[in-house]
Amino acid sequence: MDLIEKLQYLDRRWIFLLIALTVILPLIIPLHLKINPSPAVESGYKFIDELPEGSKVLISYDFEPSVVPELGPMGTSFIHHCCQRKHKIIGMALWPAGQVLLESALNTVARDVYNYRYGLDYVNLGFMAGNQVVITSLGESFRKTYPTDFYNTPLSKIPLMNGITNYSNIDLIIDVSAGDPGIPYWVMYAGTAYGKKIIGGCTAVSAPQLYPYYSSGQLVSLLGGLKGAAEYETLIGKPGPASRGMDAQSVAHVLIILFVIIGNITFYLDKRRQKMRGKQAWKS
Amino acid sequence: MNTIGIWVAALLTLCIFSFLYKDNPFYKFAEHLFVGVSAGYWLCLYYHQTIHPKLLAPLFGLGDDTWQMANLVLIIPLALSIMMLLRLVPKQWTDIAWLSRWPIAFMVGTGSGIFFMGYLRSNVIEQIQSTLVPLRYEGNTYSPEMGLLGIIILIIGTFTGIVYFFFSKAHTGYFGVLAKIGIYFLMISFGASFGYTVMARISLLIGRMQFLLFDWIYPIFDISLPF
Repeated sequence: MDLIEKLQYLDRRWIFLLIALTVILPLIIPLHLKINPSPAVESGYKFIDELPEGSKVLISYDFEPSVVPELGPMGTSFIHHCCQRKHKIIGMALWPAGQVLLESALNTVARDVYNYRYGLDYVNLGFMAGNQVVITSLGESFRKTYPTDFYNTPLSKIPLMNGITNYSNIDLIIDVSAGDPGIPYWVMYAGTAYGKKIIGGCTAVSAPQLYPYYSSGQLVSLLGGLKGAAEYETLIGKPGPASRGMDAQSVAHVLIILFVIIGNITFYLDKRRQKMRGKQAWKS
Repeated sequence: MNTIGIWVAALLTLCIFSFLYKDNPFYKFAEHLFVGVSAGYWLCLYYHQTIHPKLLAPLFGLGDDTWQMANLVLIIPLALSIMMLLRLVPKQWTDIAWLSRWPIAFMVGTGSGIFFMGYLRSNVIEQIQSTLVPLRYEGNTYSPEMGLLGIIILIIGTFTGIVYFFFSKAHTGYFGVLAKIGIYFLMISFGASFGYTVMARISLLIGRMQFLLFDWIYPIFDISLPF
């Protein structure tokens, strides 16, 4: 068996092992590769930065633990930035487990780092079933949609919610989403219908389908996957798990590009060899 | 308690990763545990956050003072929910499974009604509008020249992409050339999707590796973090 055949029939577990090594080694020995924020991310940072102090920001955690490595740092960075600018945060979730992840992020960042007070500076409305109906309903009334918050406290007893009736009292919507329900619904029912400004954060898988919303101006900004999260962490000056993971991400990408090149070369050489064998067989 | 949680999570992660070598009982155990726990979690969550507070409590007066009591309109969603569950009744017992079509039809109808207008405005009209930009558009972040180049590519890509999906004429001659260019644009978009998918999967692997290294192994051996 020559090299080409060996490569063609290589046990895929060797590839798994190489990928694991390229991910683990840069985590243990960081390379500190530079992270350059892209315009799609910078525009979101600029928008939040330029909002007047005390603006009301609605953050929707529409994801579950399976995508926390990508979207967790993104959501945390948004909360950091809102707290740095002293904005009021109204959190909610259209995915059941999102409310717990949101609660954890709000407590560890808003409460513990910036001394935000629950009910005055931030609130977690929790999960509400209904997907797009919830988004539409919030445009009419927050209290009818969410009679109580995450802790079952009536919204009428939460000082922060006293001045909030519907979207007209919200300055910005941030949706960190892993799929459906997510950014397209927010664009449709809050952005297009109520003219609200929306910043989106999504998994890398869904980013190519969502970039048209950014290009058309329907989204102020779009953060795609771990890269988007790392760029935002860089902008707010709080390097976190996303920035730390970018070294591993970059090295793994180089390896995958090499695999693609090697795979194509072996495929091409094998095809040519088969062609030549066919010609020889025909001549003989 | 936190340490036990980290150990359980770490060992279950290793059980799942063991599938990469080959299928084994550890993987099966972790897989079944995950499915079971997820199903249980979702059921409890939906009951406590939706079924009880939004349906049973206001309908039967089981809730607290935040809800209006005995809201009889809620009999309709309750009836529709029960009708939906009738799908599970075996035909051998009694043939009433067809009743589930009513709530399904209701959901499809309301879903389409709500979805249609929103989708048309945000995904069709506004997307078309965004392609109708003047050639001297200076909104590009980089430079006006780059903006112009981007617009030219946008026009060619949109036009040839539509040509490719026009099947009422054979893709031959000039029309075939345009369709071929459209294919290249489609291939580039598929390539971008593939690249982003690879990035997503590697990100998830990085997340797990960060957990195994920095939350599990490093504290065991009292190693300081490299950042």
